[in-house]
Amino acid sequence: MFDRLSFPQPWLSLILFATWQILSDGVSGGSVVLGLILAWVIPQITHGFWPERPAFVKTWRMPVYILRVLKDIIVASFSVAWLILSPRTPRPAFISYPLTLDHPLAISILASTISLTPGTVSADVSDDNQTLLIHALDAGSDQEVIDAIYNSYEKPLMEMFK
Amino acid sequence: MITTALYLTIAMVTLAALLNVYRLIAGPDEPDRVLAIDTLYINAIALIILLGITLGTRMYLESALLIAVMGFVSTVAMAKYLKRGSVIE
Amino acid sequence: MSPFAEYAISALLLFGGAFTLIGAIGLARLPDFYTRLHGPTKATTVGVGAIMLSSVIYFSAMGEDIGISEILITVFLLMTAPVSANMLAKAAMHIGVKTVEGTDGKPWEQ
Repeated sequence: MFDRLSFPQPWLSLILFATWQILSDGVSGGSVVLGLILAWVIPQITHGFWPERPAFVKTWRMPVYILRVLKDIIVASFSVAWLILSPRTPRPAFISYPLTLDHPLAISILASTISLTPGTVSADVSDDNQTLLIHALDAGSDQEVIDAIYNSYEKPLMEMFK
Repeated sequence: MITTALYLTIAMVTLAALLNVYRLIAGPDEPDRVLAIDTLYINAIALIILLGITLGTRMYLESALLIAVMGFVSTVAMAKYLKRGSVIE
Repeated sequence: MSPFAEYAISALLLFGGAFTLIGAIGLARLPDFYTRLHGPTKATTVGVGAIMLSSVIYFSAMGEDIGISEILITVFLLMTAPVSANMLAKAAMHIGVKTVEGTDGKPWEQ
């Protein structure tokens, strides 16, 4: 019975509450009450969609990672802009990337990062979570792309999720 | 100076929207068309923000937020429909 | 408004417009679906982000509150762009969209 009254995911509830305060015009009594109700109801309804709790170990590393990714996004858009505007046709390639991460949340963060950074879009994850299919817009060699992703994104993520 | 930059930017984003419409009509496959619509709604958000700066009002931001949310959901629904043949199984 | 803010806003606006346009040119010009996926996910997202940032600076220079909804929209677009690109790539692989000649490797059959 008391299960129903608890917040199964405190972080999700907190983010929902804060987002609701931002969306409504200023903090007022009504927005706080409605925000609390939403922060309670939404995690209860979506409970079944979260197979396991996200297991962050070193949360404080996240801001550093996000800053690095933001910097890479800007660099990435310049290189993609250059490829789009240059007259030569790029050399696209499909690359299978061997994953060392095993946590589903970590894999989805890695896939999103890959999609936003230099010349690569993640296309699919194999059913056994072992390989990631990447489409590169202009690949030198497969190994170069794999090494670059491993060193700049997968290593920091592994440290966060171990 | 801001006015000139604003009009130039509106011209560029409108041209971008026209190019997206070209891809929407030309296809050739369904994913291409969905991708064109996806880019089109992001450009619409940019145009709404630019309109807000031109008129000096913040009111239009709410609609930009709504387009962002609805656009994402509809893109995912279309992609799922193309892949599975139905949206909700 | 200070001249510095004016320069910053104009530069960000032109930067954003140019990147939005480049993303659309990529969508119209590149040869196959998978290469077209790259333009909108990167260039357009950055372009719209820059336009949002100029709006934030503009309204705070006008003496209004800092624009939290603009930042919220930008964060939302940054989070959703890779997800929709991934979903579309999966759909395209399922349908069997043709790749351009000279592509290394193949999409999986699952």
